[in-house]
Amino acid sequence: MKVRFWGVRGSIPSPGPHTIRYGGNTTCIEVRSDEGALIILDAGTGIFPLAQELLKQMPVRANVFITHTHWDHIHGLPFFTPLYIPGNSVRIHGGYDVVAGRGIDQIMEVQLQYSYFPVREAEMLASIDYETLSIGEPVTVADATVTPLMLNHPVVDFGYRVDCNGKSVFFTGDHEPWLNIYAPEDEGYAEFQQMVDMQQGQLDKALAGLDVLITDCSYTAAEYPTKIGWGHGTLEGSIAWARKLGVKKLVCTHHEPIRSDDELERVFATALESTGYTPGRAGEPEILLSREGLELVL
Amino acid sequence: MSALTPELERKLGIAVERMPAFPRSVQRILELTRNINCLPKDLVGVIEKDPVMTMKILKVINSAYYNLPSKITSVSQSVVYLGINTIKNLALGFAAVGIIPRMNAAGFDVQRYLLHSLVVGGAARQLATQFARGETDPGDCYIAGLLHDFGKVVFAQFMAEEFRHALMHSVEHAVPLHEAEKVAIGVDHGLVGALLAKRWAFPEHLVDCIRDHHNPGVEPSAMMDCLRVADQVVRFRDIGDSGNPWRETEAPAAPQRFGDDMESIVMKLGSLDKLVEDAMVFAQVGKD
Repeated sequence: MKVRFWGVRGSIPSPGPHTIRYGGNTTCIEVRSDEGALIILDAGTGIFPLAQELLKQMPVRANVFITHTHWDHIHGLPFFTPLYIPGNSVRIHGGYDVVAGRGIDQIMEVQLQYSYFPVREAEMLASIDYETLSIGEPVTVADATVTPLMLNHPVVDFGYRVDCNGKSVFFTGDHEPWLNIYAPEDEGYAEFQQMVDMQQGQLDKALAGLDVLITDCSYTAAEYPTKIGWGHGTLEGSIAWARKLGVKKLVCTHHEPIRSDDELERVFATALESTGYTPGRAGEPEILLSREGLELVL
Repeated sequence: MSALTPELERKLGIAVERMPAFPRSVQRILELTRNINCLPKDLVGVIEKDPVMTMKILKVINSAYYNLPSKITSVSQSVVYLGINTIKNLALGFAAVGIIPRMNAAGFDVQRYLLHSLVVGGAARQLATQFARGETDPGDCYIAGLLHDFGKVVFAQFMAEEFRHALMHSVEHAVPLHEAEKVAIGVDHGLVGALLAKRWAFPEHLVDCIRDHHNPGVEPSAMMDCLRVADQVVRFRDIGDSGNPWRETEAPAAPQRFGDDMESIVMKLGSLDKLVEDAMVFAQVGKD
């Protein structure tokens, strides 16, 4: 299985000289199964350069898995060029939106409204279909399986675990570890904490034996207190989680849009130091920052 | 006399989805959500006092879309699964439906019903904590109390004429309301509430409590014991109005757990004043 990063930035595309090493495109990760089946995790602007690459490999059979429908994870979708070419097929997977009362089939309908985009879905010539997923129910894509797991964000967010021939990778999408909405002195605190612990425990169980963890590391631990409830994780928290899960590799992604490359490396180094990271120590995962073009072979 | 046909059950299910919530919760949700930094626990505190909003949240969270490993019985648990922003937006959607009118063609006072439900819920939670520790979850008992009479508000909203007859029949013939409902409607509020709860895949023990809270013949459970005795205590103390004019003279349900003297249960339970006071504010019911 191969994993390639096409977009690593959170919230909004951030091109420019300050982000040239890590890249300014928003989330898009290409996963190739051993047989070469194409799985695309999220459709941020990173899906556009991926599309250019895919045009050399027609016909395209793409399985897109959307973690959640916030703009930065979908706004490349109408620019996914294979959608316009007959003979291609694109299957879009995602969760059910309880507030809209709609499945993932609404995703492009909303984006392609007349006022916002010149092409209607009916004019896209590839075969397009949708699959609204249920939590924990795996989907088979050729020799791989993709399992959606419920995470914590201000909109329904699925993390996806991809398994292929004994290797596995999990991408959180956007995720803030569950937190107690009560203060320790409140009546509901203990009960809520029990539910939070149970939820984390269920997720950890579903990630047993994982090789590669790709997480939302938008903030540093020092920045987090002013960002509570925004739905994103921290570098330090992700490092602790990766150690707890015993993964081989942690890839930190969803970089803050205002973070320059230098700044990103600086906060990353600080986080490694403050968490006592010792590369090569028994049980210590390899930890790296995601960047456009990074490829992992599992 | 009309029994509840599958078609009518389906129609009621759809109607309840469009049912407005209670005035105080609608007002509080609109107030709280104007502030981007509103506290999640404040939102939960409002939603879990409103039977309509609670029903709707539990319906969403237990739906097949999420295929959760276990059934969800509380609003805070729903927050853990769906996230507070999703719960907030759901609540705003419920608030946008409007406000349930206090009175209806059935002549059923929904705000006094709310007071009754809130106090039964609170008392059931307290009873579970004091008398059934380790046997049932006090939070589940609260939800059972909050929702046990939901069928009545459904009748009042969507079968007003039939429910009016049931209310009148209960007074005129001095029979319990659930018996009068069977005469006037064909089914009682317990069954209707339970059918909806079952339709929406609520946990089985909650469905059972809603269905059987007036049926002394069923297999007892700790949760059912707490609910039934809470219901009795609240009526014994004349708090709120469930629409049921019938005052039982028999001993408390579940004497093996609580003893056979209602006075002594009330004594052991201690003051419900704070609970009643909070519920009166929320239900917007005065001390009339």
